[in-house]
Amino acid sequence: MTNVAIVGAAQTPYRRRRDDASLAELVHEVTVAALADAGLEMGDIDNIVTVSNDFWDGRTISSMAVMDASGSSYAGGKNVSTVEGDGTFGLFYGAMRILSGVYRTTLVVAHSKGSEGDPMMITNSMFDYIYTRPLGLEFISSCALQARRYMDKYGLTEADFALVSVKNRRNALRNPYAQLAGELTVEEVLASPVLADPLKRHDLSPISDGAAAVILADSPVALRLGRKPVWLKGGAFCSEDHFLGDRDLAEAPALREASRRAFEMAGVTDPFREIDVVELYDACSYMELLWLEEMGFCPRGEGGTLIRSGETAPEGSLPVNPSGGVLSAHAVLVAGLARVIEVVLQLRGEAGPRQLGPKPVELGLAHGINGPCGQSHCVLVLGA
Amino acid sequence: MPEEEAVIYRGRIRMPYTWAVGETGSFFLTQLRDHARIWGTRCPQCRRTMVPPRRNCPRCLAKTHWLQLEPRGSLVTYTVVHYRHRIHPPQEPLIYGVIKLEGADTGLTHLLGEVDPADLRPGLLLEAVFKEPEQRRGHILDILYFRPREVTGS
Repeated sequence: MTNVAIVGAAQTPYRRRRDDASLAELVHEVTVAALADAGLEMGDIDNIVTVSNDFWDGRTISSMAVMDASGSSYAGGKNVSTVEGDGTFGLFYGAMRILSGVYRTTLVVAHSKGSEGDPMMITNSMFDYIYTRPLGLEFISSCALQARRYMDKYGLTEADFALVSVKNRRNALRNPYAQLAGELTVEEVLASPVLADPLKRHDLSPISDGAAAVILADSPVALRLGRKPVWLKGGAFCSEDHFLGDRDLAEAPALREASRRAFEMAGVTDPFREIDVVELYDACSYMELLWLEEMGFCPRGEGGTLIRSGETAPEGSLPVNPSGGVLSAHAVLVAGLARVIEVVLQLRGEAGPRQLGPKPVELGLAHGINGPCGQSHCVLVLGA
Repeated sequence: MPEEEAVIYRGRIRMPYTWAVGETGSFFLTQLRDHARIWGTRCPQCRRTMVPPRRNCPRCLAKTHWLQLEPRGSLVTYTVVHYRHRIHPPQEPLIYGVIKLEGADTGLTHLLGEVDPADLRPGLLLEAVFKEPEQRRGHILDILYFRPREVTGS
């Protein structure tokens, strides 16, 4: 599939609080920067997809508050549609709008501020209000149930998970957009305060503020722009059961299916050999290993072996989260677009001090999730 | 230019709802309240029994039928929570588990009690502890928690 290209991308640095800017101001910041990156003007944008969540923003129809900032009122008004989910889901939808033939360019913009609401209450509210929400389960404790099940089923250890935090926080040292970066040791991760066992402080992503925007175009527009387009080669978006107890939490069949479809569309038959960079949604350390298994980069249960092999480090044969991943910056909903943007930068050769090589980066995978313990997954295969 | 001051506006949303549980959930919750019984729903096509109950099977959409489950089962996964927030029930220690009830094919997420965290392991046999009848109100927390059960006859 070479009908849709990413022609512009921009993100804010991710920080614990952005008191200098309102949500709309964050959206404006990345909208203008993405247009500049593409060499386009707002008049060239046919339609807009905003990505937001009412609970995080603390208002009804949260998209309405950022429409102006993304250009909705420009020159008499533009078509704006909204996705409530990860930014990758917004990109997927924006790409379909181009494939419909009705639009030639789509601006996809996501924002969120974890700092302004109460993440415990907001993530508790993702659960059904009859059976699960009254228990007080939220993001961290539900992930802990998944991590424990994953360990028990396949014999992975907390030290395996710690290696992911060590790698990704180290990678973040070379990413000025990351929020948490540093040289951690496995011992330091294991000794960090236990929040909900087996998860400890350093197994978890931070609370972040930020926004990101991507501009999509059809191939005639993309080829005319003169900048190296990044093509959407394949993409799929799948969901599974909502109740945690309906699933085996050590597996993610929705991700397996989304990966299969995306690889098939992109003509990828041996992902480990063909994919040059993976940016995936590691909201907790263990997720990187579980998601890699379900994407098909290693056999099920072998995620620990893969991280220990060193192959997923920037100098390995399958670099995973060279940006530092979600473990280093987690603006909810934005984080999936941040994965896309890192892959775009790597494909363009513009990733600065963290640029992978010397082997050229030609094919990358970006991944986003939403819902408890990764209920929904979007897989995007991007190529130069 | 004067030094910038970032003004922070403090707000709070209190939003009452009257959520209809639906006929399926209503039967489940009133059975908990009135009889301390846990019912599941069974999909005749997938032959899967699920709890919490669903009127329709989430995987094939077929209409399910009721099946009473034993108030006991085994532990699938668990976590001991070391932080507290006002969303949490007053439980010390605070332990969540996914419990597969006897006769069910899916797990029920709930609290664990009367257990030493060091004794937690997958497969641990558990039984439901209900609130006293006069305290039950047709709510998932009419089950206080699940606790380890003595195995007899072996």
